[in-house]
Amino acid sequence: MSCACKNPFNHDIATENTPMVNVQIDGEWVQVPKGMNIVAAAERFSKFIPHYCYHPKLSVVGNCRMCLIEMGTPKMDANRQPILAADGKPEIAWMPRPQIGCATQVSEGMGIRTESPLVQECRKGVMEFLLINHPLDCPICDQAGECKLQEYSFEHGQSNSRFIEEKVTKPKNVDIGERIVLDDERCIMCSRCIRFSKEFANDDVLGFTQRGSHTTLAVYPGKRLDNNYSLNTVDICPVGALTSKDFRFKMRVWFLKETKSICTGCATGCNVLVGSRENEVHRLTPRENEEVNSLWMCDQGRLGFHEIHEDNRLTTPLINGIKSDWSSALTQIAQQLHGFKPEQIAIIASARMTNEELFLLSGLRKALGGEAVLCDVIERLGQADGILRSADLNPNSNGAKLLGIANPGKLNEIRSGVSNGSIQALLIFNENANEAGLSIESLKKTALVINVGMRLNGAAHFNLPSSSFAEKRGTMINGKGRLQRLNRAIAAPDQARDDWEIIRDLKAAMGGGNGIHTVEEAFKAMAAVIPAFKDLTMSKVGDLGVELTLSSVQS
Amino acid sequence: MSCEFKISQEFEKKVDETITHYPVSKRSASLPLLHLWQEEFGYVSNQGVEWIAAKLDLQPINVFELVTFYPMFRDKLAGKIQFRVCRTLSCALAGGYELFDHLKKSCQIEGDGHHGPAVSADGKYSIEFVECLASCGTGPVLMINDDFHENVSNDKANELVKKYG
Ligand code: SF4
Ligand code: SF4
Ligand code: FES
Ligand code: FES
Repeated sequence: MSCACKNPFNHDIATENTPMVNVQIDGEWVQVPKGMNIVAAAERFSKFIPHYCYHPKLSVVGNCRMCLIEMGTPKMDANRQPILAADGKPEIAWMPRPQIGCATQVSEGMGIRTESPLVQECRKGVMEFLLINHPLDCPICDQAGECKLQEYSFEHGQSNSRFIEEKVTKPKNVDIGERIVLDDERCIMCSRCIRFSKEFANDDVLGFTQRGSHTTLAVYPGKRLDNNYSLNTVDICPVGALTSKDFRFKMRVWFLKETKSICTGCATGCNVLVGSRENEVHRLTPRENEEVNSLWMCDQGRLGFHEIHEDNRLTTPLINGIKSDWSSALTQIAQQLHGFKPEQIAIIASARMTNEELFLLSGLRKALGGEAVLCDVIERLGQADGILRSADLNPNSNGAKLLGIANPGKLNEIRSGVSNGSIQALLIFNENANEAGLSIESLKKTALVINVGMRLNGAAHFNLPSSSFAEKRGTMINGKGRLQRLNRAIAAPDQARDDWEIIRDLKAAMGGGNGIHTVEEAFKAMAAVIPAFKDLTMSKVGDLGVELTLSSVQS
Repeated sequence: MSCEFKISQEFEKKVDETITHYPVSKRSASLPLLHLWQEEFGYVSNQGVEWIAAKLDLQPINVFELVTFYPMFRDKLAGKIQFRVCRTLSCALAGGYELFDHLKKSCQIEGDGHHGPAVSADGKYSIEFVECLASCGTGPVLMINDDFHENVSNDKANELVKKYG
């Protein structure tokens, strides 16, 4: 398996053709890829070796000693041949001292003990040392509930402390970056954050100063941890030393419901967990997918969810600015749309919509007159950073192309049509008309403007409230042609509805029902006619997505 | 405290030459360069850290870690006359701490000197604790600038202060 994202290391993934070796783990002989470190190798057999400094995607430094295990190598005879025991397996000469698993690579005939009394004793000892100077912050620490120090204390710690001296105190509440706060007393000096910044984010600004009993994690004076990946350090910090300004003190993590979804901040489509409580999203965290984002996501994408909860959400259908209800709005829209010729109608859709929405929209376009109805999406270009972020800031440009909604060049025609009056009815889906280059004045001249979205369009005759990415289900195709799933984490506010339902009902109101009642059925109807989706269902897309053969849409 | 040091051509030549001693990894020249800088300018300022980092294709934090770790590097100016008192076990038993306090008092040095030098107000003297100076049988041991003094009683200390002052 190859990783799509450029990790400095992939200790947990063996390259193809790596030969397998026989090793004995806790008494059982198993096969593991040669050269893999013991922590990663043991994990393949559900043996969890506790660790702090080791991270599968970063260089190995072996400084925390939490991963101590017992190991041995085959006993050799005079001819350097392994001496075999009665069961035909090599006899193992155990080393008298424990070794660190993270920096030890497996070799033929190796013996590993991950649970022996000595190993347990080691873990206890390491934990005792780590806790000597650790502050008793757990009740107010953001990491509580997902803290490795807590977890391993629970499993390997002692309930009483033998430490009677004064704890070392260090800087607390240190502002080290635009989005990051550091508490040096909580730091266990694993150096994961230092290695991440240097090796993954190419931003070597963190280091340990005053090494010794006052070792202090610090940024170089005058520099800041401000890179667009800085919040990943909060994820990989095993304790609560690095916290996110955006999330700290807002929510206890154990109250969060985690919904598997994807980030819609750009065409990369990083896999995420949406952490929500009741109807509020509190954070996004990256979810492992080696084919897309590995274990990471960018800060911009991570914090992009706030627009969901900004005050100016559109929550009820409005007719000419006045609160109305769905059925009146839809009936009136249908009536009015019947009065226009196809050439007079245009659709501005969004490459931030799901495939299901775009597919139903193409059906609506057909009902309105087909190809004669101009239709396009708004491109959004940014800068690719060579790490994760794509230059395409729309998450589903490939879907919009595949489903015939993106028609390059047509947006210009729509713009001139609106300004010269040849277009008289305009449907805007999840886009800001201003961003499309349409002035309020030109919209005001247009006989019928329908805006479907999360925000009000002041010039629209009809405003229909729709859902954010966290409030709906559906699929998108990322820039590399991978079909991935969005899942609903929270309910849409008030009367806001799923976009696919709005589009379906608009079409039904125009006089053509289609028997689609769920988003799965929308997908099914789409898969029946779009060859790229042949034989797929939403459940087959799974949590990690599937690669499509997209020769027709790949640019 | 943060004045800009002017880097002479001669100094830079010396630095460049030193770097050639480490053909495998320039980074290994970090410590020698820090010593050169401190000899030349008296202490290692951030300017020094950044200049050395740039010379070695490192980031400033990589050099800063070293400056804050090794007690022999200072990030501010020490006194003209520098006392270094051993505080490791043998000297501690032989009266290193008493010697330290005595010197502080007689040279009017405020500050504790436990982490980096404490400097007298006039900038003339500075004092700091150091670890074992490898003459444990003849404690308390004291270094004044680069000179080594053994069996330093308070009286002997007074004489030495006079001599150096
Ligand atoms: S801040 Fe966290 S990640 Fe960084 S060294 Fe400390 S414990 Fe490790
Ligand atoms: S790289 Fe793109 S998809 Fe990934 S987190 Fe950032 S904005 Fe979201
Ligand atoms: S995980 Fe192996 S030493 Fe830290
Ligand atoms: S203890 Fe002072 S010189 Fe060794």
